[in-house]
Amino acid sequence: MLQKLVATTKAFIAGKRSKQRPGSGIPARPVIRGLVWARRASQIGFLALFLYLLFNTGFRGSFSGQTGDIRPELPVEGFLLANPYLALMTALATKTVYRGLAWSLGLLALTLIVGRVFCGWVCPFGTLHHFFSWIFPSRYLKGTKRVEQNKTHPVRQRVKYYILIGSLGAALTGSAIGGLFDPICVAVRAIGLGVMPAGQYIVGRGSDLAFDSGSLTAQHAADATTDMLASYVWQNQQFYFHQTWFIVAFLAGILFMNRFIPRFWCRVLCPLGALLGVFAKFALFGMEKDHKKCTDCNLCLVHCQGADNPQGGVKWRQDECHMCMNCESACPEDVIKFKFLPQRASTQPAIDLKLRTGLASVVTGAALIPAARIADVIDANYDHRVIRPPGSVEEREFLERCIRCAECMKVCPTNALHPAWFEAGLEGLWTPILVPRIGYCQHSCVLCGQVCPTGAIQKITEKQKLGIDQKPISIGTAFFDQGRCLPWSMGTPCIVCEEFCPTSPKAIWTEELDVPKRSATPGPDGTEPPMTKVRVKRPYVDPSLCIGCGACEKVCPVQDKPAVYVTSVGETRSKSNIILLENTSYTQG
Amino acid sequence: MSISRREALKRIGASGALVGGASLATALLYDRGGLDLEKSKQTPQTRDYRLGDAGPSLAIARNDTDAAALTRKAVDALGGMKRFISRGDIVVVKPNIGWDRAPIHAANTNPLVVAEVVKMAYDAGAKNVIVTDASCNEAVRCFERSGIWRACYELGAEVVFPIEAKFKKMRLKGEVLDEWPVYSTLINADKIINVPVAKHHNLAGYTGAMKNWYGAIGGRRNRLHQNIDVSIADLATFMQPTLTVLDAVRVLTRNGPQGGNIADARDMYIVAASTDQVAVDAWGCTLLGRTAADIPYIGMGAERHLGTLDYASLSPIEV
Repeated sequence: MLQKLVATTKAFIAGKRSKQRPGSGIPARPVIRGLVWARRASQIGFLALFLYLLFNTGFRGSFSGQTGDIRPELPVEGFLLANPYLALMTALATKTVYRGLAWSLGLLALTLIVGRVFCGWVCPFGTLHHFFSWIFPSRYLKGTKRVEQNKTHPVRQRVKYYILIGSLGAALTGSAIGGLFDPICVAVRAIGLGVMPAGQYIVGRGSDLAFDSGSLTAQHAADATTDMLASYVWQNQQFYFHQTWFIVAFLAGILFMNRFIPRFWCRVLCPLGALLGVFAKFALFGMEKDHKKCTDCNLCLVHCQGADNPQGGVKWRQDECHMCMNCESACPEDVIKFKFLPQRASTQPAIDLKLRTGLASVVTGAALIPAARIADVIDANYDHRVIRPPGSVEEREFLERCIRCAECMKVCPTNALHPAWFEAGLEGLWTPILVPRIGYCQHSCVLCGQVCPTGAIQKITEKQKLGIDQKPISIGTAFFDQGRCLPWSMGTPCIVCEEFCPTSPKAIWTEELDVPKRSATPGPDGTEPPMTKVRVKRPYVDPSLCIGCGACEKVCPVQDKPAVYVTSVGETRSKSNIILLENTSYTQG
Repeated sequence: MSISRREALKRIGASGALVGGASLATALLYDRGGLDLEKSKQTPQTRDYRLGDAGPSLAIARNDTDAAALTRKAVDALGGMKRFISRGDIVVVKPNIGWDRAPIHAANTNPLVVAEVVKMAYDAGAKNVIVTDASCNEAVRCFERSGIWRACYELGAEVVFPIEAKFKKMRLKGEVLDEWPVYSTLINADKIINVPVAKHHNLAGYTGAMKNWYGAIGGRRNRLHQNIDVSIADLATFMQPTLTVLDAVRVLTRNGPQGGNIADARDMYIVAASTDQVAVDAWGCTLLGRTAADIPYIGMGAERHLGTLDYASLSPIEV
């Protein structure tokens, strides 16, 4: 017994697993085995960091902002700022690199040294796929089947390059629509707007059950749990997101594809992976293979993440490799060696693309924009529901910048910002719009601009937004539906809208008067019910003061279709979508 | 070839059991319909935290520009906090933290007044002082910008944010308010100190102590405005605090209840303390140049014997 233990320990120290490795059984270099574990730790760490930042993409409050502007405590948009795909796309569209996106140079430099380490070690979305490609396939994608899927499939693996090229074409003609396919954007959107609110909903119903049970222990446990989750994970109230079901369905779909093709998203669709692949061609660190020693045991392929031809007899696809180090760690024959400045003899020299398809992708991407804009959503028949966040730039520039990352919707403390469905046209899918019925724009809050990584929402100050010593920023205008308004048509006092109107003087003002009201009970002998007089305050909007925050619409007691509502007209950012002559200045800006 | 008798019996038995089981489940779960099933079985409730002792019941502190000193003087004139708080009490302090406004706008209770009340409660032997409100604007912002969070946190008070899950349905003994979600933190205490701010309100005219109980309920509070006076009286009937400390250090005199313009508010440097929430409002509205007769809900409170309109009859102690 003791002897066996000593033998195992000795074998472990010597780098041998207690299970006999097949073939020659040559152990992997200790540095490689160390790197594999370092990679796993890094993947878990970055996924945890991503979730931590996502949980804190919201307003938790602190004492620091009590007097000055309120800012997020952490660089919650950090993963997006380090993203060269978003930097390149918005640079092509706007001809500028917006502030924090310069950080993406760091990731480019890293890729040029060690290849697509981001995909294998850092990317939280890649880690999710790594995990699901491990647990989903069960017995259906083991052994030979897995080996077969993990060989390079050139046709399907080219798709991501075409998505990259197409979205850059669209960027050239003025739309950052490629953000729909950016992995970080997909992750923030789907987890932040779908998975987390759903989790909160489920916990809420569980807590209701605990309270209904009558057990004090269950009630205390439920109280402690909801408190803890509200302080560290989500917010104090349940959040809802407009039409978010499709965002979640998209996530569920691509995760489920791992059942059939491991890391389907990373290999087939990810445009960020494709862009990093282009740079990985020039990486200084890479693989050398000794084909003669390969016995075709395919152990490297069983564990391969990128489907990049690690096996002997074929050329390595450096642009596809995630640098996970599994192949060298698994190889029992001393075939695979990762090192700096390797021989390039067994590495495929160029990225495998079809020139014509590439050109077609650029043209398709570029053509998408005129196709979307001759549909009547921007230049003519602008949709009144497209109320953009405060500080947003003019609509065309907005579409050049907005990558649909959902940071603004996630951070909004009042649940006011939502992913557009087709309100802003096909081109505006999942761009932020304000849905006042769900939440209104908090008067002094400028958090959405603070977290916007591309400047679609500018980093405005509270002073600018509130209009201290200047004109306040307006995002729309409120209108009364007098037929539904209680003081206007039902002889009933109300004016909650006026109470919540945050401007001073208030944009909603009232006229006090006596209005006739018929009694609800008939007179004696069934005669007509008698008439009475009721004193009410009838509300009006002053369009020159209204900032379109939507507080009135949110609090209107006419529940289903409010008697006061906000539309986008009168927004500061537009020169055409306005009402008043005094705001029509073609000489400004 | 026909199947065996055993096999046939097994199959018939299985289908029979399934039909029987489904029928039994249907019989047990059969919905007899009707619209009154949702009606609460609770009896209407109120919460009365008053002491009912014979001490003085109204004190008004002036002649100082220090909000904390004014607060202390007013409470001391009633016999000090020890009269109201016993050793080991769990005390809930309920300021007005309704709006995302800074102290200068006077839309929320002055943080110095709230802090002084917290300090006095601890000094009187309270085991735990909880400070909370169900805000109108986004709560965390209101707690932060009002300055109340920081001021109370630094004194060791437990500042509790109004989490949606903490509102539990309850039947109130009201004329217009029946079943509403009530903020459970407020009704699980030994003593409650109401710390409202006196201010202008466009619909109600003046608001102070009684209106502050809007912050005790959740749900669709926007409906209450249709009958604001009866709603306020109903809430004041539900909640009778141990002590009310009315902040009139800086008073919003127009554009209420949330103001937003510094010019809307005026410094008055007054704090009143009372055990009678009707009397303190009857006195408070005079700060805005009104009398209790102009503010219907105050009269309703008196009719319901929640307190007296004639605050002079309480011989207010001026300090």
